[in-house]
Amino acid sequence: MAKVIVVTSGKGGVGKTTSSAAIGCGLAMSGAKTVIIDFDIGLRNLDLIMGCERRVVYDLINVINGEANLQQALVKDKRISTLFILPASQTRDKEALTKVGVEKVIADLKADGFEYIICDSPAGIEQGAMMALYYADEAIVTTNPEVSSVRDSDRITGMLSSKSHRAELQLSPIRVHLLITRYCPERVEKEEMLSIEDIDDLLGIELLGVIPESQDVLNASNLGEPVILNQDCDAGKAYQDAVDRLLGIDREFRFVTYRKKGFLSRIFGG
Amino acid sequence: MGLLKYFRQEKPKKGSARLAKDRLQIIVAHEHSFAARPSYLAEMQQEIVAVIRKYMDISSDDVKCEFSDKAEDDMSVLEVNVALPKHK
Ligand SMILES: Nc1ncnc2c1ncn2[C@@H]1O[C@H](COP(=O)(O)OP(=O)(O)O)[C@@H](O)[C@H]1O
Ligand SMILES: [Mg+2]
Repeated sequence: MAKVIVVTSGKGGVGKTTSSAAIGCGLAMSGAKTVIIDFDIGLRNLDLIMGCERRVVYDLINVINGEANLQQALVKDKRISTLFILPASQTRDKEALTKVGVEKVIADLKADGFEYIICDSPAGIEQGAMMALYYADEAIVTTNPEVSSVRDSDRITGMLSSKSHRAELQLSPIRVHLLITRYCPERVEKEEMLSIEDIDDLLGIELLGVIPESQDVLNASNLGEPVILNQDCDAGKAYQDAVDRLLGIDREFRFVTYRKKGFLSRIFGG
Repeated sequence: MGLLKYFRQEKPKKGSARLAKDRLQIIVAHEHSFAARPSYLAEMQQEIVAVIRKYMDISSDDVKCEFSDKAEDDMSVLEVNVALPKHK
């Protein structure tokens, strides 16, 4: 069964696009035919993070308006043969996103054999964000350990359970996962940052992954290479763990505790 | 609070994370109770005010409707408070 997964948060700049790219990549690497749809109309960015910005011809709105067909708009990833991107429009406004239009695109993608349809949500709780989550079967609520992000995540979790297609038709509810990003164990140790336990107490959502704050994420976006492709770095490994858990594989949580560097490791690194 | 009790308290947390969590707990609980309010509440409040107004001189600010639906209670409570002018 094909799965529609929205990556959402309410708040902007918390790592939705970074996570959509990494998780989409990871799912595709497992062999499943995967598409990542950029719902951030007017502010498309997924293409840059994926490194395919120069190959974008048509976009989601073109497909919805019948100005291009799906095959023309899908951008195939150069690295992973099972991965595709459906870019956002840079010029139209969000009103062009309609329920009917999105429903048809998703149905066509399913008919085309896509197993995972990842919806990269824009920030906010307006039209674009609502359309990204409306047809979701599962949701990855992306949260930074910081007050406004946690509050917005709670808010968007409420929307998932009241404003989605599944809610309106009283189908089984969207399965909601929590992805904590930009986590800094050292600052948690100093009690300057909300801990995983704190966020869990507050939101009560099943934890999918914890991605550490890392310079490697910025490097990855500079290169247009989703960070999960760099399996030498902690953030890449943490995203891989999250993907594995999505696929039902048990993984221990890593990079979540702070160890003061000892004398030797300070000298030799590590 | 007695001095002994004061010293026995949990060691205060060093950073600001504790306060962040406490503030979030309050606001999240508040927003949940707000979201759980039945949608007809505002309209019902207006009708209640209209009925009381037929007999008494009050303004709509004198009526407060509170709906609470706490997880730990086994029922929801609708509380209607009407501040009446002093009976002369
Ligand atoms: N784990 C992380 N460590 C460091 N920087 C991160 C991490 N995750 C995301 N970022 C940075 O945060 C910024 C916002 O990320 P982005 O994925 O575009 O967020 P959103 O899509 O939610 O607006 C980017 O500059 C990105 O590089
Ligand atoms: Mg984004």
